[in-house]
Amino acid sequence: MAKVSVANNVSKSNRNWIRGYTIAGFFLFITYQFLLPWDGLPSGIYQTVNQWMPPSAVNESLVYVIMALGLNIVVGYAGLLDLGYVAFWAIGGYCAGWFMSEFFYFLNIHFFGSVPAGTPGIHINFWMVLIIGGFVCALFGVLIGAPTLRLKSDYLALVTLGFGEIIPQVFFNGENFFGFNISNGTKGIVVVDPSPAGFKNLGPFDAGWKLLLFLFLTAVMVFISLRLRRGRLGRAWLAVREDELAASMMGVPLMRTKLAAYAVGAFAGGLGGVAFATHVNGVYAERFNFAISIFLLAMVVLGGMGNVWGVILGAFVLSWVNGNGLSAFGRVYNDSFGTSIDFTSFTFLLFGLVLIFMMLFKREGLIPESRMKLLMHEGELDDADSDGKKQKAGK
Amino acid sequence: MANVLEAKNISVAFGGLLAVNDVSFNIPNKSIVSLIGPNGAGKTTFFNVLTGLYKPSAGNIIFGDRDITDLPPHKIASIGIARTFQNIRLFGLMTAQENLLVAMHSHLKAGITSTILRTKKQRKEESDAEDKAQSILDFAGVGKWTHEFARNLSYGDQRRLEVARALALDPKVLLLDEPTAGMNAQESQVFIEFINKLVAERDIAVMLIEHDMKVVMSLSQRVTVLDQGEKIAEGSPDEIKNNPRVIEAYLGKPKAARK
Repeated sequence: MAKVSVANNVSKSNRNWIRGYTIAGFFLFITYQFLLPWDGLPSGIYQTVNQWMPPSAVNESLVYVIMALGLNIVVGYAGLLDLGYVAFWAIGGYCAGWFMSEFFYFLNIHFFGSVPAGTPGIHINFWMVLIIGGFVCALFGVLIGAPTLRLKSDYLALVTLGFGEIIPQVFFNGENFFGFNISNGTKGIVVVDPSPAGFKNLGPFDAGWKLLLFLFLTAVMVFISLRLRRGRLGRAWLAVREDELAASMMGVPLMRTKLAAYAVGAFAGGLGGVAFATHVNGVYAERFNFAISIFLLAMVVLGGMGNVWGVILGAFVLSWVNGNGLSAFGRVYNDSFGTSIDFTSFTFLLFGLVLIFMMLFKREGLIPESRMKLLMHEGELDDADSDGKKQKAGK
Repeated sequence: MANVLEAKNISVAFGGLLAVNDVSFNIPNKSIVSLIGPNGAGKTTFFNVLTGLYKPSAGNIIFGDRDITDLPPHKIASIGIARTFQNIRLFGLMTAQENLLVAMHSHLKAGITSTILRTKKQRKEESDAEDKAQSILDFAGVGKWTHEFARNLSYGDQRRLEVARALALDPKVLLLDEPTAGMNAQESQVFIEFINKLVAERDIAVMLIEHDMKVVMSLSQRVTVLDQGEKIAEGSPDEIKNNPRVIEAYLGKPKAARK
């Protein structure tokens, strides 16, 4: 009558997933860093890869993955609907813009930066800016959360929606923010410093190494998510998601618990923002729009709320379709049938359909959280039990 | 006998409706007391006041020597007043063990960094908490369901698990809201024994809301009767059984009580 331990099951499947992630990441890195630039590569393969999955598309997808993992903590773990997550992306991005460029040309601050001494502006080391961006976002998360997290879910969603509109607008019109230029407005902040990876500084043409960098940041987020999830705070998040009232009656402080989710989620937003700035080598106000918040939410829901692996898959697939997959498909389709259909204009139609079908047929997501999966397949679980095995063997 | 919890002149108003009107109630150390009354008498409202879910419009609640009237619910829970719910409110998609660990939240200390780094202290704290959870589960008779999702447990086991979860808070006072609702006579009997054992072995006082008079009369040292938000009687089970006002509140008119 040995019962299956859920905790053991989870960590075992996580180990397999971690192995899978490492192998896939290694494969991607080898492909884009060494194989693609290799002279001996048949040009057919080179063109196919470049058409369907150019290095920049992979990197952009990975930035989305980092962001989605952060949103997953807020939405998937703690069950708080956040419709303005793009704000943290923007704040993280501008942290990179402020602390790693010549934007503040009247200053001359260097701290292990990757540009020669004497260059005007603030130039702080990329890894420190990552952490600064994370903490600045976490601070904003707490500032926004403190007055609003008392609201019930729908109202909270509305406030976050407003926040997600306000912050990008502030940056968009930030050329004259009470007399200060905080964002260069629509011109954006270019160029952000190359990010030092120890042996070399990663500039615009080091997509392969940046891929490795983003894979590493994703792994950090996975690590943080899984560790927190198993600990005291993760249990409290889950309890709040399940039954807020019962949780507070069991001594879980609702405000602090939700604020922690907001802060950790926002921290990931900061990482994603800084990563995105290094990916595009600049910060552009018009990139941070409302659609991205919804897009990230769709990634979390599609992948499987609460499961980091599902979220990684959902974010990677959706951002790839949005960034490159659909247009590549359109090009191939139009070439072979002589048509001229603009496939990219159907992006939102496609996403709408995907979400509708997901809700109809696979509500728990592509790779659902183990809890949800166990729940949805209760019958199968019983079969897999030792008794079931015996019965089958006896047949 | 000293009181562990004292509620003094509690009133609760919802708009113009007085759900609880000037009720005083105390719970002596290591005692079992009951609160009964017809539906809508304000029993659960009174519970919700004691646990901080509602704030009374008048009156004070003293726990030990501390006024807890204005404390938030999670504080009240963490200093030692635990409860169960009329309709079971377990965390269904969490295991029995996790349910108890959530209740230990306020007694554990690990923060974000130590959880991420899995420090030695955090690991020790977690494994100690797991051991403690297991001993409480065993005590409550649901020890074999440690890693089972709460929602998969049978009704009786869910009731027991809810009590176990409340015990994980290390409470001085345990408030049980209709704990034997839906149980048959035999299950109720097991439950009565369980509560008696609990009070005998631990430094804890129990307050019951209950409709099953057999449970009430065999467990309680003192019974309080509420009707339409007011306390109409208080005394030993025998006194309450024969109190004409109580009979009237339950059955309408004295004649009907002749049976």
